[in-house]
Amino acid sequence: MDIREKYLKNYENKTIFSLGNEAVVYGALFAGCNFFAGYPITPSSEIAKVMARELPKVDGYCLQMEDEIASIAAVIGASWSGAKAMTATSGPGFSLMMENIGYAVMTETPCVIVNVQRSGPSTGQATKPAQGDIMQARWGTHGDHEIIALSPSSVQECFDLAIECFNLAERYRTPVIFLMDGEIAHLREKLVIPPLKNIHVVERKKAKAEENIFGGKLVPPMSEIGEGKFIHVTGSTHKEDGMRDIESQLVHDTLVRRLYAKVDQNREKIVKTEERFLEDAKTAVVAYGATARPAFGAVLKMRNKKIGFMRLITIWPFPKKQIMRLGEKVERIYVPELNLGQVSREIERFVNCEVVPISKIGGIPHTVDEIYHFIKEKEQW
Amino acid sequence: MVIDKQEQRMIKYLRREVLPTTFCQGCGCGTILNAYVKALDDLEIDPREVVSVTGIGCSSWIPSPNFHGDTLHTTHGRAIAFATGVKVMKPDMKVVVIAGDGDLIGIGGNHLMHAARRNIGVTVFLVNNFVYGMTGGQSSPTTPMGIPTASSPYKNIESPFNIAEVVSACGANYVARWTTYHVFSLVDSMKHAIQKKGFSFVEIISQCPMNYGRYVKRRTGVELLQYFKENSINVEKAKDMSEDELNGKFVVGELIERNRREFTEQLRVLNKKIIQKNLG
Repeated sequence: MDIREKYLKNYENKTIFSLGNEAVVYGALFAGCNFFAGYPITPSSEIAKVMARELPKVDGYCLQMEDEIASIAAVIGASWSGAKAMTATSGPGFSLMMENIGYAVMTETPCVIVNVQRSGPSTGQATKPAQGDIMQARWGTHGDHEIIALSPSSVQECFDLAIECFNLAERYRTPVIFLMDGEIAHLREKLVIPPLKNIHVVERKKAKAEENIFGGKLVPPMSEIGEGKFIHVTGSTHKEDGMRDIESQLVHDTLVRRLYAKVDQNREKIVKTEERFLEDAKTAVVAYGATARPAFGAVLKMRNKKIGFMRLITIWPFPKKQIMRLGEKVERIYVPELNLGQVSREIERFVNCEVVPISKIGGIPHTVDEIYHFIKEKEQW
Repeated sequence: MVIDKQEQRMIKYLRREVLPTTFCQGCGCGTILNAYVKALDDLEIDPREVVSVTGIGCSSWIPSPNFHGDTLHTTHGRAIAFATGVKVMKPDMKVVVIAGDGDLIGIGGNHLMHAARRNIGVTVFLVNNFVYGMTGGQSSPTTPMGIPTASSPYKNIESPFNIAEVVSACGANYVARWTTYHVFSLVDSMKHAIQKKGFSFVEIISQCPMNYGRYVKRRTGVELLQYFKENSINVEKAKDMSEDELNGKFVVGELIERNRREFTEQLRVLNKKIIQKNLG
């Protein structure tokens, strides 16, 4: 039994009263994370703190870098050196990481970026939760690209989805963004660690001797530094063998469309939603992250009405089929979120029914009653 | 073309399909590529044990795509930060960063300072041509005062960095400075830097006839090399000279040699200790 397995065996089947940020670390360790680089920032700091304490125990490495740009850079370097690597940050640090996230997209580098969302723009309310980085996660780095982003609504999901983030990163050879919010990150509740044998971990697909690592397949296999393959990794437009070609329109078109397609064409395999009471619903509430909790509470209070609930676990790629089906079924969709309507506008693109945002900013999450009264008044129930 | 034995021996370090290089006539980058492979060849290092990490700019093209070895061509200024992740996971490999003054001192200066402080076992060859060459000759953090450039048409009014001194002060284990004129000393220094444990740094003063030479009225590689030759002073001789006497001169030689503990080695010692404690 190796060191990591021994370590994980100590945790399996345990019930822990855990912080959201702490649960992310345990999830990452169960997924095989062995490299972390970060920079202190509220409200994500506990992730780095627990990583620094736990990673050496599984013979992993935790680095505090000089800034967030260096953190994501070290993560990408480590990933190309065979590591399962992760960084964690919040709004301002996430902004700094954008260029290198684009590099990870272009070079198809598996890695996980945790963004514990806080109230912005700029320094904003550093200690207060928000959900204002939904569109930044999607479009923050320049150029056409797809991205995968998941959003947890409980401490248990901080653990479960952290594993899922690593698995998606390896399966699709892409950076994956774990879009948490300050509320879930600092929530303390029950976390049940499943038995080790029940945890599915996706390992990196290694390229054979003559296989190209930047094309030939929708998701090409990967080689690592030091294997003697003489790999050439560049953020410039490159051919299937990795060599730069910035002149040919065809090379760029083929590469960027493939990077887009590998997420887009696997949308149904990636996307996860949770649906409740939608069978006969005429009205629906769509929510995600921390806001899904009071939103579902409000729906429960209105069980005598035909109101259903959908929770987005995957934010990107957007669950468009699920939302389209919902739009055909209900007359109105309410979208409570801690921003001025980022997901609600995305929903509008896919439905013909009315979409009503229930926006709240300023660092105080919605209450059940706020959502309940808002909907009751609007519906005249 | 007749290829002599010497040439054949070196070509194994190059990606034949990308040659000839894209460097301008008279550029110093070719000399540095030559010195780099000569250093590796002299040391009998298998290219499979070397990873070259580069940033953005002409000098980042020295190993990428020309050097036949693992190459990570990264974003502007961040090569050292990428290399940090590589060295931690691959401590037995030679991790070599090659980039320019604009890249490593300007946009990436923070990473350079911190890597030297951390004393991570990365070798940095900083190609200092006093200018942002690829974008057309804008002033850089090493452009001497009083030189006109594309972005300082009325002459540069900023003081340049003495970057080798900065890196020494930050705690690097080895710091040297040479010019592309001092090829044999440069090769020796590169060999020493590659072998040295901890952060090693060689500043290579290089010529950009195209986008620097034209502003200082030395439009060919030869003229600039002549200038380097005439204005270089060995570090030993420089010790007895005043600041005024050294103004406009290039102090060349080995500036620092020390043996602070290397970062990734310390990481491994730490892990061993914690694992033993945790399991015992």
